[in-house]
Amino acid sequence: MTAIPLWVRRPAAERVGWLRTVDHKEIGVLYIGMGVAFFALGGLEALLLRAQLATPEATLVDPETFNQAFTVHGVTMILLAVVPLLVGFANYMVPLMIGAPDVAFPRLNALSFWLSLVGGIVLYFSFLAGGAPDTGWFSYAPLSERAFAPGTGVDYYILGLAVNGAGTIIGAINLAVTILLMRCPGMAISRVPLFVWMTLVTSVLILGAYPALTAALVMLLVDRQLGGHFFDPAGGGQAVLWQHLFWFFGHPEVYIMVLPAMGMISEVIPVFSRKPIFGYGFVAGSSVAIAFLSFGVWAHHMFAVGLGDTENAIFGATSMLIAIPTGVKVFNWIATMVGGRLRMTTAMLFAVGFIAMFVIGGLSGVSLAVVPIDLAVTDSYYVVAHLHYVLFGGTMLGIFAGAYYWFPKMTGRLLSERLGRWHFWLTFAGFNLTFLPQHWLGAAGMPRRVFTYAASTGWGPLNFISTIGAAILAVAMVVFFVNLFRSLRSGEIAGDDPWDAFTLEWSTTSPPPPENFASIPAVTGRRPLWDRKHPEARDKR
Amino acid sequence: MSRAVSLERSPRIVEDRVLLGVVIFIASESVFFLAIVLAYVAYRDAGLATAKANLDVGRTAIFSIALFASSGTMAVAGRTRSRAWLAATMILGAIFLAGQGSEYARLLSEGIGPGSALFGTTFFTLTGLHGVHVLAGLVALAALFTAHLGRARAVGAVAWDAVSFYWHFVDAVWVVVFSVVYLGTLL
Repeated sequence: MTAIPLWVRRPAAERVGWLRTVDHKEIGVLYIGMGVAFFALGGLEALLLRAQLATPEATLVDPETFNQAFTVHGVTMILLAVVPLLVGFANYMVPLMIGAPDVAFPRLNALSFWLSLVGGIVLYFSFLAGGAPDTGWFSYAPLSERAFAPGTGVDYYILGLAVNGAGTIIGAINLAVTILLMRCPGMAISRVPLFVWMTLVTSVLILGAYPALTAALVMLLVDRQLGGHFFDPAGGGQAVLWQHLFWFFGHPEVYIMVLPAMGMISEVIPVFSRKPIFGYGFVAGSSVAIAFLSFGVWAHHMFAVGLGDTENAIFGATSMLIAIPTGVKVFNWIATMVGGRLRMTTAMLFAVGFIAMFVIGGLSGVSLAVVPIDLAVTDSYYVVAHLHYVLFGGTMLGIFAGAYYWFPKMTGRLLSERLGRWHFWLTFAGFNLTFLPQHWLGAAGMPRRVFTYAASTGWGPLNFISTIGAAILAVAMVVFFVNLFRSLRSGEIAGDDPWDAFTLEWSTTSPPPPENFASIPAVTGRRPLWDRKHPEARDKR
Repeated sequence: MSRAVSLERSPRIVEDRVLLGVVIFIASESVFFLAIVLAYVAYRDAGLATAKANLDVGRTAIFSIALFASSGTMAVAGRTRSRAWLAATMILGAIFLAGQGSEYARLLSEGIGPGSALFGTTFFTLTGLHGVHVLAGLVALAALFTAHLGRARAVGAVAWDAVSFYWHFVDAVWVVVFSVVYLGTLL
């Protein structure tokens, strides 16, 4: 290994505590901690929703509480749980994977995290300040205008999301510059691990999408606080403008949440199949295609608005196009496993689970891109089922795969495989039991966001099954938390490279030292650690 | 022009972290302004009569020239590391803000505000957000000026470039805003 001295001297952050840290690994852990905490909160809100819906005409919660719970559940899971979890893993792993001592702007990195967290706290403060927002996570105008949402909930939504978004944008700048300029010698952009590729593409998506949300939030704030008329039909404004701006952010946001998880399983599957990824270039290139297309599909969330048949047809077609690069990836993962020596660890189980569940969510997504089908099931539980197959069945299973894979690197200890299997199978069963029946509920006409339904609708039994599934999911999460805490204290010692892995993060100690590497590594291929372990069978590129 | 100090050469954008970061930040800011400008354009017809009756294009053009000129003084300041040119840039920027402030005062006294009608909502949001960015630019210029006091070599080329990129961006946004909002009333 070529010995190149460190070009950056990092301040001794490990001694000054979590509040002041600027180390990318500690900030990564902070992000992940934030994501886990908000995931638990969002999960409790979901359980409240499912408990209320378990039986027809239930009165466990009143409609106002129900509206607040589904609104905050959505915002929490998307912006305060999933995004911080993904950004957290990216923060921790990207510099290690590209052989860098830290991110490009360590202090800015800390600012990103604290802004993201404060945004979340501002949103939750609304509960103490007279009521949380109750207008849905996409907060359609004119419902979100002062005339129809007179409380302060929507104002906290605006401030919370704007501050959280500023943190996310700054974080994306930081990660993009890190990936573009801080790769170690030999680490060409065509050699970086696919998780790094996905992080780069995601950063571009964040930089293109989040500012549109910020702009929309500013306009809504002007409407609510200065008496403006942007989205106020009575004053000449157009409520549909909010939808355009929001979904111009909102659809790329879906890929912001799913691409890094795809990157995680693109690391896990090759390592546990003992093969390089099949079609590296296609996995990376298809992500660029997805990112490009994702800015041209937003109005498929608005088929029912009445934009016109031509507009709907165009957006339906672009939405279906996205299935092509997405399908390419699925074949890449499967082809990687074919002929490999599979090791079905918990991480691998979750990665395979991702593929299966994400395909279901992807297919129901294609069905929703067909305008007449969308018009029939829009705003119904079919949509709820679809988005949860993508974001839980996809993203969350991917995050769990990443968690089991990288936990030993971050802590020096392995997560328990025995509890991990319980965690996986309970999650898999609970998830499908919760969300599969919702396809039928939606097709039968059950609208989303209703706090109850009449017994005569016949929706009771499927809803009851769905709630049972949610309870099983809750048990699965308890198993996961037990696994986390027990393994942190007394898990099996991992060593530097417990999985016999391929990429640079496994070449340093577990957990890595503050400066990451004793000397900056130099690489000659896509699997630098494999090359080092098998000099006789180096990768050609 | 005489050069008293030997100047550190600017690094290339694609090689320097700070410059690349600033460029990416500006790209993301452009999306933000694009959304606000599009909202203004979407509502242009509804507010056109009010805009024609109440906007003083000639007067604002003069203040706009001050802002456009400040990009030129910034370029000279950056090339020569001159505090005088930097001060000129700040003064021109402040003149522009003063002009905007006096126009706001006049419109508000005539009963046109962000809540009065669609024109007021879109006008004050778009020009106000731009004004906030000019103010942020002035703060950055002031920081550069202070850091530069008496120790010309201490401020790196990157800091000069980063601040001037941002200042040129704020100026460029005004080219669009002035065209859409003010020159648009002449059509």
